[in-house]
Order: sequence, then structure tokens, then C-alpha cells
Amino acid sequence: MSVAVSAPSATLPRLLDGVPAEGAMTLDVHLAVHGVAPWVGGSRRASAARSPMIDEVARAGLCGRGGGGFPTAIKMRAVADAGGAGSRAPSWWAPGRRPIVVVNAAEGEPASLKDRTLLEALPHLVLDGAALSAEAVGADEAIVCVCSLSVDAQESVERAIVERGGQDRVRFSIADLPARYVAGQESALVRFLSGGPALPIFTPPMPFERGVRQRPTLVNNPETLAHVALIARYGAGWFRQLGTASQPGSALVTLGGAVAGPGVYEIEHGASLASLIDAAGGATEELRAVLIGGYAGAWVDARHLPALALADEQLAPYGARLGTGVVVLLGESGCGPAETARVTRWLARESAGQCGPCVHGLGAIATCLEGAVAGVPEGGSQRIAHLLSIVSRRGACSHPDGTARFVESAVEVFAEELAEHARNGPCLACATANMLPLPASRRGGPR
Amino acid sequence: MSRHAALTREHLRVNPIACEAHGMCAELLPEQIALDEWGYPLVGDEPVAFELLELARQAVRACPTRALLLERRETR
Repeated sequence: MSVAVSAPSATLPRLLDGVPAEGAMTLDVHLAVHGVAPWVGGSRRASAARSPMIDEVARAGLCGRGGGGFPTAIKMRAVADAGGAGSRAPSWWAPGRRPIVVVNAAEGEPASLKDRTLLEALPHLVLDGAALSAEAVGADEAIVCVCSLSVDAQESVERAIVERGGQDRVRFSIADLPARYVAGQESALVRFLSGGPALPIFTPPMPFERGVRQRPTLVNNPETLAHVALIARYGAGWFRQLGTASQPGSALVTLGGAVAGPGVYEIEHGASLASLIDAAGGATEELRAVLIGGYAGAWVDARHLPALALADEQLAPYGARLGTGVVVLLGESGCGPAETARVTRWLARESAGQCGPCVHGLGAIATCLEGAVAGVPEGGSQRIAHLLSIVSRRGACSHPDGTARFVESAVEVFAEELAEHARNGPCLACATANMLPLPASRRGGPR
Repeated sequence: MSRHAALTREHLRVNPIACEAHGMCAELLPEQIALDEWGYPLVGDEPVAFELLELARQAVRACPTRALLLERRETR
């Protein structure tokens, strides 16, 4: 590559470097900030399994940013291998097995804004990452999946693809995803892109084996790909200059709730939550609890706040993971049980309706919580504990598991409030509970 | 006294999308399959005991929606 890009300093921002206050960073500005994406080259199919790009991503220790946290390089290798990239077989030997890259910007998590923010403001960083990943796994096609409600993000990606003028070695297209919580689940996405409904399927086969149109499919979150775009330019060593040993690099976090400046922030893994709150102008009131990792995440008591660092290893003792990077602050004036009950009812309605334990279980859990909030608990805490134990790991996807984790943490963190509600019924804050964002009702919409 | 039942490498797994709570599996193999309050099978993670393997296979065959699976897992 003739264009030399000097590695920027080890400080933040990385992804959000030069982010425009409004609208999208144009291709010219993007290239001025980051330089041209270096093609690692080589004949695509013969060398992909040993792609230097995949090795670099492995050395960087990049993990997926869509909530699962799976090592990105392992996924890339699996897709490259399934595509036969490592074998000596010529490409005509296995027609139709050429891998596909899917950019998963479904972002069904209502409290998360980071993926649409990336697509709206920095589409070229994501497209660079998709193009580089496609080259690394031997794909010639990349589909950017955006929720049908994220119109701005869709338009931004459309404009960016036109701006690139077909200079990439990968063909880009955009898919309009139905607005469903589970639509972003990998197998649901694959099923939808193959012409089916956006609902999870029973695995195996895993998408990396047989995904979109039976082809090996690399499904990655936009933020993950944006990191790939930077790792390709500046290297694994640079990536690891921020973050922790087990979770290197920076991450995008959507901070919301009782904070002066809610929004998307880029943090270093392991940064203290207190410093993030300070950077966002501070909390607007005394805090009661923090929801970390979104609606498949966990509540943590605010008394732990001084010790909370935003990395999985540091959050594990509190039962939390960074997941999709959602952090919502609940103030003392809010009602944790009521917030949890509202969201749990929504999560129950968002069930794909395919698996019995999820369909019946999540509804029963929501009913239980609503009863507890109203002061007429059905079967008490034992009933909830029993229901939580029987929904986990019994769905085709992890929707019931995530919901169970979320509710379980609420029962623990808000034990006092729940006891109080059992004695005296609903509190004053119950009626106005709206700290956790939920999308407008979309029943009857496309599935 | 503990008599260790000889274990196979076969594990039961339910395809939760296919399962329609007919409950045949729990009838045939109550030793390893219980039903939840809605009639859906609760299947443990442990491997099938050697003496139950034939019954497990029968349960798999008896499932009207083919939702019960026997899967061989290599020990890790």
C-alpha cells in the first residue's frame, strides 16, 4: 500500500474521531482522517484462511460488539474455512459456497443508539470494515441490514455506497429489517435474508456453516466492523494500547436515564462508570441503580458505582456484562420494579412466538412482576424464581435467557422496593415509570 | 453406597420451535424428561444412562413433531 498512515496516538476518540456534529462524514473527510483502507491483497480464495487481516484481528483481541462478545477472528476464520478458502480446491469446485458478509445493524435494543449513530455519522468506517472482512473471508457481497424505522441510517448508508462509486471489491446492498427485538438475532437475520420471516431458527447449522442462501455467512455488528477498519490501518498493537488485557480497545456506549447529557460515548474498556457519567455532565439526581447491557443485561445497585468499571471482567462480580454497551441510570425518584415490569411485558410481547417456554414463560414472568408492583404478588418471590429457572436455555434463541437475567437482577437489586410494594401497593413513582425507553407500539407490523 | 450408572455419550435435546407439548416423551422416559406447567419437556443436560438408551430412542421416534433429538457429544 503506497498511502502511509501514521498511527494516531493511543487516546480517545478512535471511532468517533472527527465525527461531524450533524449528518454523515463524507468520503473525502473520512479519507483525510483515516487514510485509505489498506488491502491486504493476495488472491482472494487461495489465501483467505491464512489472511493476514484475520491474524491481525486475532492479535488485536477484538470481540463482537452486538452483545454476544464472541471473538471476531474465530468467526472470520470459520466463515473463511467453510467457504473453502483454505483448501486448494479451485472456486469452480464448490460453486455457491462463496461467503457473504452481513452487517447487522438491527439494533433491536430500544435503549441502544450506537449502531444507528455509527451508520448515520460514520458510514464509511463501517463499510470499510465490511469490505476488509469480505476480502478476508473471500466474500464478494456484503448486505447492510438496517431496521426499517432507522430511516436516517438507511439513507446515510445508501449515500455512502453511491459515494464510494463501486471502488470496493465487494458488492454492497441494503436490507430493510422489520422492527422486531429478535430480528437482529443471527439466525433470524439469515432466515430473513434468505427469503423467510425474521425469526430465529433452531441451530445447527450455524450461519458460518450455512447462512444466507446456504452460503457461509459472516454476521457482524457495525461497531465491530468499524474497529476492523481501524485495526487494518493501525494494527493490533495500536488497538491494544487502550482497554484491558482481556477486553482490548475502545467501545461505544449509549448512556441514558438520569444523566445531564445522554447519548453515545466512546470509552476505553475498563474505564470507570463514574468518569463516563462525569463526562456526560453528571447525574441529574441521586442514583438508585444502573442497568448495564440493555434489556438482556443486569441491574446493579448504585452503591457499587464507585467500583464499577466498564469491562466484562470487572462487571462480572456484579452479574453484569457490557453487552451492547447500554448504560441506563435510574435515579432515586424512579421505581425499579415498575420499570422492570414495563420492559418485561414488552419483552414478552416481542417473543417470536415460536417456542412454548418463551411464549408462556415470559408472559407469566411479566404478570408476576406486575402483580408484585401492584402489591398483589402471585405466589410471591418463589413463583418468579421458579419461572426464571424454567425459561432459561429453553428457546431456540437466547431471548428468554436474556429476559430471565434482566428480571433476576431486578429481583435482587430491588428487593427492598418489592417488599415495600407487597406491603403498601404501588408507589408514587410507579405511575410515571418511563426511564427505560420502549419503542412505540408496533403490533401488527411486518414480522 | 453408590452405584454409577453407565453413561452413554448421547444427550437429549429438544427443538423448541418444533415442540408442541404433546408430552409423549415424558410418558416414555419419565426418568429423564419432566414436563413444565405448560406441558413442554424439561430435559436435563446429563448424558443418557446406558440402560435408558433404548427408551430414549423410542421417545425420539414417538414424538409427533420430531422435536426430540438424541445427539452424540464428545466429552470435553
